[in-house]
Amino acid sequence: MSSTSLWLTILAIGFGTFCLRLSFIHLLARATVPALLQQALRFVPPAVLAALVLPAILRSGGAIDVSPDNVRLVAGAFAAGVAWWTRNVLLTLATGMGVLWLFKAIF
Amino acid sequence: MAIPRRVLADGVRDIAPILPGIVPFGMISGIAAVDAGIPPGTAMAMSLIVYAGAAQLATVQLIVTGALPVVMVLTALIINLRFAMYSASLAPHFRHLPLRWRWPLAYMLADQAYAVAITRFTHGEHILANQKHWYYFGAAVVMWATWQLSSAAGIFLGANVPPTWSLDFAIPLTFMALLVPTLRDNAAVIAALTGGAVATIAAGLPFNFGLVLAAIFGIGAGLLAESMRHRHRNRHEANR
Repeated sequence: MSSTSLWLTILAIGFGTFCLRLSFIHLLARATVPALLQQALRFVPPAVLAALVLPAILRSGGAIDVSPDNVRLVAGAFAAGVAWWTRNVLLTLATGMGVLWLFKAIF
Repeated sequence: MAIPRRVLADGVRDIAPILPGIVPFGMISGIAAVDAGIPPGTAMAMSLIVYAGAAQLATVQLIVTGALPVVMVLTALIINLRFAMYSASLAPHFRHLPLRWRWPLAYMLADQAYAVAITRFTHGEHILANQKHWYYFGAAVVMWATWQLSSAAGIFLGANVPPTWSLDFAIPLTFMALLVPTLRDNAAVIAALTGGAVATIAAGLPFNFGLVLAAIFGIGAGLLAESMRHRHRNRHEANR
């Protein structure tokens, strides 16, 4: 990717993201957010974050793979459990990467 | 008005336990950027200009796969759509502030700074309305600095240490660590499951369209689940 297009991309993302962050803080300083919009926005984080996580874990080699052969699925399952119980980022990372390397080393 | 130091310190104190979790995230973000071929200076600039870890990581992944810039921008903005939610949620608390305050406060908006602030504003010890932004500023600026320093450390590491292990699995893992705290009720879980399922099935679609579909279906499923829960509850109470 050329340096110019990389910079333009970064600036576009930065500008767009700043607009998102500023949106209501700037505009609706004198108004309220419609209830439906607020409700809908609440589901953006879980939907989008899950959309980023699950394909990486459930897909292997370009296709959906839910067998125990899918090392990432196994490692991801352990990491999910740790994330749920501890809410600790470091532990989640360590568990996921640890299980992944362990399985790769053994099998 | 003099700086209300107590309120500012509260903000810093409340974000402090979360900082150790931000450090690895920032470092991975920096390492991944450099490993993807982004020059260190540009990587640091991205960290400062965008200041959004999940979007930065997704962008880096897309650079590696050679996606179109337009796709990268759209993907990043969909991922960052949640900042609009945070903005909507915090706006009432900053209503009284002049623009020169609101713009920097908006720039520093981040998941954890938001979470800490909204918790204090809605459930915590009372803060004077004209001091709330100081609490948020304390939390947000410390987190911002931590992120930038961690990213810089990661960029430096990535530039000087050859990539020996495959760190690319660390990226979905950090997303997972961000995802779990958002699953606060059944409707959110349903939104997540739907979004995740659609994204998995639609992963082959061009232009990363799968992510857009996942967001739409996930939000829709969440809204549906929530309305069904309300209807069930209302019916249950009517029958008593």
